[in-house]
Amino acid sequence: MTTAAPTMTRLAQDAKAKKGKSRLKPSYWPFVVPALVIVGAVIIFPWAFTLWMSANEWHLGGDQRFVGFANFARIAGDQRFWESMVHTVVYTVLSVVAPLVLGTIAALVFDSKLPMRGLLRGIFVMPMMATPVAIALVWTMMFHPQLGVLNYLLSLVGIGPQEWIFNQNTVIPSLVLVETWQWTPLVMLIVLGGLAAMPRDPFESAEIDGANGWQKFRYITLPMILPFMMVAVIIRSIDALKSFDIIFAMTQGGPGTASETINIYLYNVAFAYYDIGYGSALAVVFFIVIITMSLALLYLRQRTKWNS
Amino acid sequence: MSMKFLNPTRRQFLAGSAALGAASMTGLKPAFANVDWKKFAGTTLEVNLIKSPRGDILQKYQKEFEELTGIKVNSEQTPEQQQRQKAVIELTSGKPSFDVIHISYHVQKRQFEKGGWLADLTPFLKDPSLTEPSLTESDFAEAGLAFAKDQNGRFGGLPFSVDYWILYWNKDLFAAKGVEYPKTFDELVAAAEKLTDAASGTYGFVARGMKNANTPVWASLMLGYGKSTVENGTLQTDTPEAIEAATLYQRLMTKSAPPGVTGFNWAECQSSFLQGKVAMWLDGIGFAPPLENPQKSRVVGKVGYGVMPKGPNAQAAPTFGDGIGVTEGSSNKEAAYLYCQWAISKEMGARLLQTGSGVPFRNSILNDPEVRKNVTMPQDWVTALSESAKVSKLCLPVIIPVTEFRDVMGVGLTNLLGGADPATELKRATEEFRPVLARSES
Repeated sequence: MTTAAPTMTRLAQDAKAKKGKSRLKPSYWPFVVPALVIVGAVIIFPWAFTLWMSANEWHLGGDQRFVGFANFARIAGDQRFWESMVHTVVYTVLSVVAPLVLGTIAALVFDSKLPMRGLLRGIFVMPMMATPVAIALVWTMMFHPQLGVLNYLLSLVGIGPQEWIFNQNTVIPSLVLVETWQWTPLVMLIVLGGLAAMPRDPFESAEIDGANGWQKFRYITLPMILPFMMVAVIIRSIDALKSFDIIFAMTQGGPGTASETINIYLYNVAFAYYDIGYGSALAVVFFIVIITMSLALLYLRQRTKWNS
Repeated sequence: MSMKFLNPTRRQFLAGSAALGAASMTGLKPAFANVDWKKFAGTTLEVNLIKSPRGDILQKYQKEFEELTGIKVNSEQTPEQQQRQKAVIELTSGKPSFDVIHISYHVQKRQFEKGGWLADLTPFLKDPSLTEPSLTESDFAEAGLAFAKDQNGRFGGLPFSVDYWILYWNKDLFAAKGVEYPKTFDELVAAAEKLTDAASGTYGFVARGMKNANTPVWASLMLGYGKSTVENGTLQTDTPEAIEAATLYQRLMTKSAPPGVTGFNWAECQSSFLQGKVAMWLDGIGFAPPLENPQKSRVVGKVGYGVMPKGPNAQAAPTFGDGIGVTEGSSNKEAAYLYCQWAISKEMGARLLQTGSGVPFRNSILNDPEVRKNVTMPQDWVTALSESAKVSKLCLPVIIPVTEFRDVMGVGLTNLLGGADPATELKRATEEFRPVLARSES
């Protein structure tokens, strides 16, 4: 016992010393500095600057003056902004739902024992590897109402010519068609991962209980791949929301402003009209929209986790 | 405006002639004889060009300039839209990375003037050690001078290449229906409708329907009604003439144009015309070379090139133009000026014209029979060019927010193709654009 007491004391002292060892901690700080500098320079500074610019009226080549929230007030009454918001929502929803449904079906097909499955899967994922601008140029030619191959193919089955991206009513669905063609493989790969990770036991039990194919899919497969589908939804949503290259290369937001999403609109404001202040305000609003939507989706993802 | 180089004294004239003679004896190229081209040997110039056949020609023969002057040239071509954006951002910084810039006067003139981004070339033009004697103000077409000179008569860059809008027409389709080339707007409408046969996929007329790109088409028609889009700083875009031009645009584009024309820019129009499916196409004369290229065109040898038909009040060839200038921020202004002068020299201008890559603003090149003899384009093209020059008129307004003007008006014009009322659309677009224009000059 006599030896234990000093030992305890020493331990207590050590613990105390450890507590007070924060004097050693600053020596780790230099290791963090490069990362902090980079984050500050490429993330924090541009954001702070964008916020500052959004409170100014500044046309490139002209004078700059502080206007407070005037740019945001202008957004509220800007019809073109609200139209572009609607286009963004429609485009995003369609560009998420279509690849999700088709990608899931494709994953189920490729998960079965298909002959030459590996080769077919390889071919299926090829669109994902192509450059969006190159894809856009090829599809623009295919969509040409007079000379495009799509109208030719339709004529073979007795359907009249369509105007695709050259008509205000069909331009968004046509762009979504390209987006779907390119990104269905990504959803397929994610869902396929989910299918591969599924345990077999529930299926065996279901078979013993006499469940049919649809029931097995509806009550076992679907709930189990739902978290993976949510991952695909999050990735696709963020991607579709900020989609720029395909729309810009194919329609530049046209005909008229029928396919002008917020992204295209703010690009035009900032770099075609050189209205940097208003463009920055649009960027701030757009950023808030993306953050809100991402948080909502992350919350939904938590809800669909297997363990919940 | 009095300029020494425009009115040489007898002594200067004799000195120039003597130098020219001496130079020809020493084997120097006569066009470049009087200038001390080697004065800035060893300098390096950065040149920012628009991706275009004009830019291609300058790059192709760049070595000749380097040999002539001993100046090293680093040139870069960027697609038009991106080049404009990049240039504005760099010029705003006050320290652009380039000495020479290729600009689109019809879009950028007023913006560059207000920003003070281009060096004043007037003193250089007056300096005989920098400027060859044949380069005189009177040699430039009127439109070139209107583009290059600011309101104080200073040269911001040199006029490089002009683009007139003409009417391309397919001679075979016209002959098949026994239609003559239209000389007036009324005949244009009648011909377009007669030549349209949707069942066989043939259409009478095509022009740009895409937002922004379509504004010059309507503005071109408006010139025929005797009005420009902006006169004395005031918008004329909701006047009766503007509305009549928009109604004509609507009629041509909805009754005689191919389906989907709402989304057509010049490239889609050109494709349709190249395939022989369209009888008339209204656009810039610079788009002609592919039409005569057998690898790209099904209408080689069948294309007629016509000057813009006469409107109810005027005949006007809508005019657009490029310039080449020296940036105010450049520390090699004189060397850069030599490059600009070389770019618009007789030799380079002749190459531009002969290949159909562009049309020089200098009358001495255009009217030279030797130069004309070697033009590879059909004679019709050359005639359309000369006829257009006689009735040339600037098409787009000389204001700062040209792009925004084209966008706002363009949306209204696109709506017309969906059946909207021209007067309502133009009034709405004009009201939307009015504050933008007011802000730009404040």
